[in-house]
Amino acid sequence: MFAVENGLQGDPRLKAISDAIRVIPHFPKTGIMFQDITTLLLDPVAFKHVVDIFVDRYEHMNISLVAGVEARGFIFGPPIALAIGAKFIPLRKPGKLPGKVISEEYELEYGRDRLEMSVEAVKSDERALVIDDLVATGGTLSASISLLERAGAEVVECACVVGLPKFKGQCKLKGKPLYVLVEPSQFDELTTL
Amino acid sequence: MQTIISPLVSHRLCLAPAVPRYRLPNIYHRAPPSIRLSNHRSTTSPCLFSSAAAASRDSEMATEDVQDPRIAKIASSIRVIPDFPKPGIMFQDITTLLLDTEAFKDTIALFVDRYKDKGISVVAGVEARGFIFGPPIALAIGAKFVPMRKPKKLPGKVISEEYSLEYGTDTIEMHVGAVEPGERAIIIDDLIATGGTLAAAIRLLERVGVKIVECACVIELPELKGKEKLGETPLFVLVSSAA
Repeated sequence: MFAVENGLQGDPRLKAISDAIRVIPHFPKTGIMFQDITTLLLDPVAFKHVVDIFVDRYEHMNISLVAGVEARGFIFGPPIALAIGAKFIPLRKPGKLPGKVISEEYELEYGRDRLEMSVEAVKSDERALVIDDLVATGGTLSASISLLERAGAEVVECACVVGLPKFKGQCKLKGKPLYVLVEPSQFDELTTL
Repeated sequence: MQTIISPLVSHRLCLAPAVPRYRLPNIYHRAPPSIRLSNHRSTTSPCLFSSAAAASRDSEMATEDVQDPRIAKIASSIRVIPDFPKPGIMFQDITTLLLDTEAFKDTIALFVDRYKDKGISVVAGVEARGFIFGPPIALAIGAKFVPMRKPKKLPGKVISEEYSLEYGTDTIEMHVGAVEPGERAIIIDDLIATGGTLAAAIRLLERVGVKIVECACVIELPELKGKEKLGETPLFVLVSSAA
């Protein structure tokens, strides 16, 4: 579900967010129009809009933990967690987290990757939010949902700044709702930086 | 949660109640330090003390000559994991700090209190744990957040800086055009050990004409003397962890 479908139609903040995202063609490989959120981070007003919209949505949903996917989920997750009084849990590439971890494999376009979570970080019946900058195939978010559910948490929603248009409507990932702020920006040849 | 023990630089400055001493084995298999601090007490605790005169190269710990009650809680929320990622290393795990909502909030507040109203327009955060602490600070002080990343992660034009590891080298990258000459920046990471990464981050920003006001970390491992690699750039830490 996109923000415009859920009460934010015409909200000027969404355009500011979309305009702040830079498109890099053919990165990391030919054919991919990469949605670069680093330019959003250079715009403190637009970055704050992202956090404000997510906080407005989640602050009364009794969320006790925010899980952010390495590495760009680490940028958006903590400000939201801090504002709503939730714990922040990093979901990381293999071998990075110390202590006891559980891991979940997921598909890439070519091959597989793995995501890990500290098993001691999550108590049963916690209500969790998963954050990443962008959802494309949904593979990473699905792995994140699995990790949290295996540890006994209830995933309330997955939230991303950017999402492909196929996630409009009541689209769900592993049965969980998805909330997205903006569709991918279009490549603008005149954009400098 | 393991309490972080910091060295007692000056007896008069450490006002925290005594906690049991936890002797950390030396990491990186180096010889024990030969310097013993004067007035070393048998029990130590995380300290908050002002830096000595500017001539001193000691890292600055937060603010005044009094124990900030937030620091002890922050220190005690950091978990130490022995022999990670390899034998002999006592890993300072900040993920437990992130699970303590008050401690995480206080960590950010201590940095924000220090850097707000100082004309800082850039908060640069080192991948990946610098991405956790940098953005909340940047948002609170109205600055840009600039991620400094491992190679090939940033799309578009980047500049790179190589730095030494114990074995070999690594590279850190930043976007061309993310910062402008004359901007005032702080660099954030969760921890400073040997200082190699932060020194590379300083060089990257200085190459494009940015003034680094300070490097800021949650934790310092003072025996590794990382602050000596930072040149003229001051270092600010909340918690010091030493044998």
